[in-house]
Amino acid sequence: MNSINNSRRNFIKTAGTLAIDSTLPISLVELAFAESSQNFTFAYISDAHIQHIKDNRFVRNWDRGLIRAVAEANLLVPKPDFVMFGGDLAQLGSKPELDHGAQILSALHGNVHYVMGEHDYYLDLGKYWEKLFGPQYYSFDHKGVHFVVLNSIKTYDDWTFKRWPTTEQRMLEMAGLDNPNGSPFMVGDEQRLWLKNDLAKVTKDTPVVVFSHSPLQKIYKGWNFWTEDAEQVQALLKPFNKVSVIYGHVHQIQYNQIGNISFNSVMATAWPWPYPQSYAQAEQYLPKLTVPMNRADPFFERDATGWQFINMANGNADLNFTLYDNTSRIVRHNRKQKRPEDAVYQDEKARIVPQTHY
Amino acid sequence: MRYALLLHLVLTALFVYQQASANPQAEPAVVNPQSSVTDKNNLLGLPPVPIPANNPQTADKIALGDKLFHDKRFSVDGTVSCANCHNDKLAFTDGLPVSVGHHGLTGTRNAPTVLNAAFNPSQFWDGREPDLEGQAKQPLINPVEHGLANHEPILEITRTDPYYSTAFQSVFGVSGKKITMDHVAQAIASFERTLISGNSAFDRYYFKGQADAMTEAQVRGFDLFIGQGRCVSCHTIEQDHALFTDGRFHNIGVGINQIQQDVPRLAQAFLEAKNKGGNVDNMVLTDKKSSELGRFAVTDELSQIGAFKTPTLRNVELTAPYMHDGSLKTLKEVMVHYNNGGVGKTDEPINDFLSGGIRPLNLTEPQLDDLVDFMKALTSSKYAKPATSLKGNSP
Repeated sequence: MNSINNSRRNFIKTAGTLAIDSTLPISLVELAFAESSQNFTFAYISDAHIQHIKDNRFVRNWDRGLIRAVAEANLLVPKPDFVMFGGDLAQLGSKPELDHGAQILSALHGNVHYVMGEHDYYLDLGKYWEKLFGPQYYSFDHKGVHFVVLNSIKTYDDWTFKRWPTTEQRMLEMAGLDNPNGSPFMVGDEQRLWLKNDLAKVTKDTPVVVFSHSPLQKIYKGWNFWTEDAEQVQALLKPFNKVSVIYGHVHQIQYNQIGNISFNSVMATAWPWPYPQSYAQAEQYLPKLTVPMNRADPFFERDATGWQFINMANGNADLNFTLYDNTSRIVRHNRKQKRPEDAVYQDEKARIVPQTHY
Repeated sequence: MRYALLLHLVLTALFVYQQASANPQAEPAVVNPQSSVTDKNNLLGLPPVPIPANNPQTADKIALGDKLFHDKRFSVDGTVSCANCHNDKLAFTDGLPVSVGHHGLTGTRNAPTVLNAAFNPSQFWDGREPDLEGQAKQPLINPVEHGLANHEPILEITRTDPYYSTAFQSVFGVSGKKITMDHVAQAIASFERTLISGNSAFDRYYFKGQADAMTEAQVRGFDLFIGQGRCVSCHTIEQDHALFTDGRFHNIGVGINQIQQDVPRLAQAFLEAKNKGGNVDNMVLTDKKSSELGRFAVTDELSQIGAFKTPTLRNVELTAPYMHDGSLKTLKEVMVHYNNGGVGKTDEPINDFLSGGIRPLNLTEPQLDDLVDFMKALTSSKYAKPATSLKGNSP
């Protein structure tokens, strides 16, 4: 009869029975840890690509994307336990870019953990970033979940140290897509050894969540939707009952399940990338479970960008995407199928028909 | 003059109805008003009026809706009808920044014109009602508009007033207790579906190819409208018609700019109140600051904070002041706001939730003036003031 009354009824149906006083976002009510003290959420903002023009001028569009995500993440109720920033804060790794980005992120309420992206790294190999944000890889425990942060965007030493006359050129070469001078990302021997030792202290039934910038799976090499030693990293994660890998870099929604490991990507606040299958001539391996988003409207600079909050429910990650000028989406861990799935669009019949162009 | 207009509308509607009833299989019931010979010119540039299948147009129903629309008894003090804020003589607006209800109480939002509201995919600035029927019920029981506690007093009048008793019987076949607010709303909505008006200088220029229909300044303004000004991305123009709205919701930096520090507190307080059963219609129209949350108040989505519906631009020259809060007095002020990328003055802070489509446009003063001139080309001939109508353009 009346849309407001209807929406309010639905709202009460969803939230009312659980007597949640603070109400935003509604979808947070589905929590399943045995002890409610272990139910929690965290926000995830990624790929801001803050870009310096000159003097005190920065690209407005990237600034506004990050500013908006920060302001919205601060409105989450219940308050997230912490915020992740998923890498590529800067575009070309310079001090002004990292400083400017850090200043915008400083408006976030609560604890923030940072992941290294290639755009932050290849100018000075993360030296200034470390000063601002701390070590490049580390782990922490929170409410019964073991969190690991990796720097997954390293590459062969030969490429990093011997190939380029200047660090600026090294940065630019790694920033390019489809660049024959590029080099595949990897976690590398040193971090894998560290990871092995770190995980040795964790019981096998502890949920493990790994944050990386690049996907710890092989999707599309030309754009480094790729980690060269992904299989070796996956092997280290295999003994655990519940493992989630959450990565940035791809600027689009992807999700996948490989054995015991659930993979989820997060959105960028800067710009969207098209899905490789719609672009590349070469073979690619976009995860089969992934439902592509509709094409972005170039007028709305925020379209097909966004951020997300993540609901740790029963040790699995449910991703709630806030998307602009687009329909918000939820990629939830399907407990029965034991894999992440889009809450609405997974069923072929429920999908939005792609636009036809003439 | 008004009666002539009404007669005109009734005839149009009657024709439309006959068309619809000639083709009872048509689902949903959409008729093409452009086939109406009585008022063909007035509809130039408009698509077919969407008529809901469960509320077909009839001449009697339209006449009843007209009467209801203008009935001041439907208010707590007998002074407020729909037409107070949607005045026939003011292009169905009230010319005020925000509307005035009973006892001089003011709301928080600018009365949008009813002209062409039939085309809107949702009603109210925040789209909180999907259709005209749903919209018509709300102001009657809003504390700062008609001020009634509930719909009962209206039903009481419609059940006892001789004119209404007869009319409801003949239109809906109901009387006494069987008359409901749904009937009242359907009649009002049917009347409003006759308040459609195209045929502006722009329509003749664009859809009829009359090169001289617009002035040179208006043609320059149109080029900016679809080019550097980026206006057309939200105020859309299609190949064979133009509604000048995408029907979507955007944060363009109006209203929200003044409450930026309050957003976290307001958003949470609003949702808590809503969860406890608070009425959105009352909350947004009685609390100025909550009103600025915009579409968020309806959907609870963070991405909609401070977002309001794109209004049509048809007859915009006649509907000052502008924006959902009536805060901009002139079309020039509107252009300046957009040219600055969502702020009134360039040194004002941009709100964090600004829509991605809004950015500085780098338009010059003469260009802004051309855009304002183009806005004046969107006035239907039917409503054009003599001073602004172009020579030889009367229908």
